[in-house]
Formats: sequence, structure tokens, C-alpha cells
Amino acid sequence: MAIKQYGIFDILGPIMIGPSSSHTAGAARLGKVAKGIVGVDFDSVKFYLHGSFAKTYKGHGTDRALVAGVLGMDPGDENLRHALEMAEEKGIGIEFIEADLGSYQHPNTVKLVFETKGGREVDITGSSIGGGSIVITNIEGTDVSLTGNRPTLVVKHKKLEGIVTKVTKVLGEDDITVDIMKVERSTHRDEAVMIIEVESNIGSNVLRDISEVEGVILTRAINPL
Amino acid sequence: MFRFGYELLELANSQNKKLSEIVLEREIELTGASAEEIRERLYQSFEVMKASANEAMNKEVKSVGGLIGGDAQRVNQYSQNANSLCGSTVMLAAARALSCSEVNASMGRICAAPTAGSCGIVPATITTAAEALNADKETVIDGLLVAAGIGVIIQTNATVSGAEGGCQAECGAAAAMAAAGMVEMSGGTPEMSLEAASICLKNIMGLVCDPIAGLVEAPCAKRNASGAVNAMISTDLALAGVKSIIPFDEVVEAMYEVGKSLPFELRETALGGVAATKTGKEIMKRVFG
Repeated sequence: MAIKQYGIFDILGPIMIGPSSSHTAGAARLGKVAKGIVGVDFDSVKFYLHGSFAKTYKGHGTDRALVAGVLGMDPGDENLRHALEMAEEKGIGIEFIEADLGSYQHPNTVKLVFETKGGREVDITGSSIGGGSIVITNIEGTDVSLTGNRPTLVVKHKKLEGIVTKVTKVLGEDDITVDIMKVERSTHRDEAVMIIEVESNIGSNVLRDISEVEGVILTRAINPL
Repeated sequence: MFRFGYELLELANSQNKKLSEIVLEREIELTGASAEEIRERLYQSFEVMKASANEAMNKEVKSVGGLIGGDAQRVNQYSQNANSLCGSTVMLAAARALSCSEVNASMGRICAAPTAGSCGIVPATITTAAEALNADKETVIDGLLVAAGIGVIIQTNATVSGAEGGCQAECGAAAAMAAAGMVEMSGGTPEMSLEAASICLKNIMGLVCDPIAGLVEAPCAKRNASGAVNAMISTDLALAGVKSIIPFDEVVEAMYEVGKSLPFELRETALGGVAATKTGKEIMKRVFG
């Protein structure tokens, strides 16, 4: 894998609410990126906290930051400290569970399980890797490695002939330019996952058009914050 | 594009440029933004830094966990009145670093530099150096660019996360960044900037991350104060011509290796170091019940 190119504002930044860039700002970003991936309204979120997140989340405000993120707040939002109360007012159920997500996981890892208004469960796992930077490592059972810095499409699909061409054709029709694309095997042998980094933000129309392609099982978008 | 310190240095020397110019050129190439946009955005970040460095200087800002608050004010007053051994410039920098940390621990607004736990060192030293050197806005931005460049190298090749590398990765990286930036602000050479950064990292190599009760409060705030002083002394040593025996990139590598070999208990888990002392455990109980 290519070395990640950090910019100067990855280092001098983010401008954020304290006290911890990895436990507060990174947590808020994880929450907000996850909310974006889910893309629909939800009734509740369960947070499975791993490693250092599990040990120290209360003292670092990780709980408030994660909830602020799923409510759509940025890491620099002065309301971040009131996020738990705000979730309660909105009637969104929140639960924190200390969990062992596996020894290979980064110490600051959380699995978010959203219960959508449609009654579906969507789970997303990500890590806060320092300085407020994050990486999303799993979306609904599919391993990925997404920083949330670039607009990215995740398309889980059946292994059908010509399906890659059909998906990229839809992108072309929606005026989306592909930057980087890779196709990975899924845990299921008849399925694969396309990870497509694109140049512009991904709207709901694009997601709808792709989900209509025959053989597509799941489509998710990550738009940078 | 540089990835290592020696590459940054080669680019500067071969083109007869300052480190800040090379870092700026890299950012332009990376983001497509203009030099003016980047410099202005950096200065906006500096405004947030300055605000957090000032906020707790004349009033007590209490932390959420209740362990710290009021020390910035104490040290600020002392720096003005007492005949301190360190002198007023160093004491003022220490007070400002405490101020940033106290604001951070109160869930106030700060600029991570490179992290929130270490957010006092770059603001405290760059503002204090700017005053001491009577530096203009552009010189301050140049200093911040160099600091960011050093931070980019450390994050790319090692880590700036306390959970991964201990406090040396946070307050150590911050001090190294600040020192390299202050060297350029003072008119030192590119080599001197890297010497200062190397000296800083070596001075605190192995420093563990052991926050009492898991809060980014103590000993974090005081380590920001000492990190600011570490940066200033390293700057002056480098400007005086002192060289690091081990080159910068190797020091960064060593810091990373040391960080990885630190036990889990000493990497931000609040299970070791002063967090695991009798008093540390009592405080944990008091805070979380």
C-alpha cells in the first residue's frame, strides 16, 4: 500500500474541542463518517468500544464525541460536550459496550451498530489512528481501509460478468470521474467489493443508480467532512 | 515530495531555499491550493492557538475531570513578579503551554499540534518566540510551516499517537516541531532546524503516556510546559552550533521502535506510570466512582 501523504493541516489541526485528538476529535469524525455511510435516519446506535477506547472513554469525552459525530457535529463544534443530552432530546437510543474486537485491531477502535428507521442493522468499524485522523476498516462485514478524506464508493456485488463496466458506466453518466478503483474478494466466494475513489462528492442519485445495476448487493458512499 | 528529513534538507539546500518554502511547495502540490490560501489558513489556525494560549493566563479555567486549572495563571503571575531562574521568556512560554492544556481539558476549543494532548507546545513557543524576536506575521507562518513539515515526517515514518508511541510521540513530536520552527524564525540554517528537532526527541525518548484517571489533564499539562522548555533549549543549543550525534531520521525511527516496545499499560491506557500509583488510583475512584 502506498504511504499516506499527510498534509500540514493533518499535523497543525484539527481545530477541535478537547481533550484528546485521538479520543475526542477522531471519535467525532468516526461518528460523523459512519453516519454518512449509513445515509438514512436511525433510532439507536450501539458503540462497541475496544482497547484504549474501552478503558478510557469516559475521561476523554469519547462517548460525547462519538454521539456528537453521529448527530452530524464536527470535531470543532462547541456543542460537542452536550451531545449525550441532545441525543436524548431527539429520542435516539445510545448504548456503550466495552468489547474485545480482536487483538489485531488498533487500540482506539469502535464498532458502531445503527438501528435504522427501516428496522435494519448497519454495522461499521473504524479506528482513530492519532491526531484526529481515522480509518474505516469494515462496513457490514466487508473489510475496507478508508480515511474519509476522499469521496469513496463501496459497492458489494455478485460476481457477474460485466458488472464492473456497468457500474463505471453509471458513474460516467452521472458525471463522476474515477480516481482509483479496486475490486476485492469478499468473505463470500460468489461476491466481491469494488472500492472506488472519485473526484467529486457522491449524491444519493448516484447511489440509487448503482443500486439498480443487476447483481449489486449494497452501495455505500463516504463523502469527506 | 519529501518523506524523510534528509530529503527535506536536500531539497532546501540544492535549491537554496528555506525549509518553509519546501514544505509550502509540497502542500501546494498535494492539495492544489495556492500559497496565499495555505498561508492564510495556517494563520487562522494560529489565531485559535493564540486564543487558547491566552485564555487561562488571567483566570482559572477548570478541567472537566477537576484535576487541573489555575496553574497557567499562577505561572503567568510568577513570570511577571518573581526573579525566576529560567527567566521571564521561558516562564511565559511555560505558562502559555499550561493555558492551552487547561483550555483543552475544559472541553474548550484548541488546535491540535500535532495532538490535543500536546496542544500547548507549538502555540506557547511560537507566540513567545515571535515576541522575543519581534517577528512579523510572515515569519510566524514560516515557523509554523517548518513545524508542520517536521510533524508530517514524524507521523509518516513513526507516530504522533500516545496510544501507539507514548508521550514521547505526542509532546516529543510537538517539541521537535516547535524547535525546528523557532530555528528558522531565528534565522538559523535548515540543518540547525533538524538538529534542534533531533535534540528535542532524544531529550524525552521513552517518555510514557500515563494520564491519571485516563484524563488528558495530569501529568499532560505540565509535560506541555516542560515540552515548551525542551523546544526552546533545543532551539538555542542548535543555534549555538550544537549537533545531534544521531541524524534526525534515525532518531525518529528510534522513537518509533521505543514506542512500539512500551507495554500497553504505558500507552494512554491509564494502567501504568503515575496513573497506577496509590494516589493515581484514588483519584480514578473519586472521578468515576
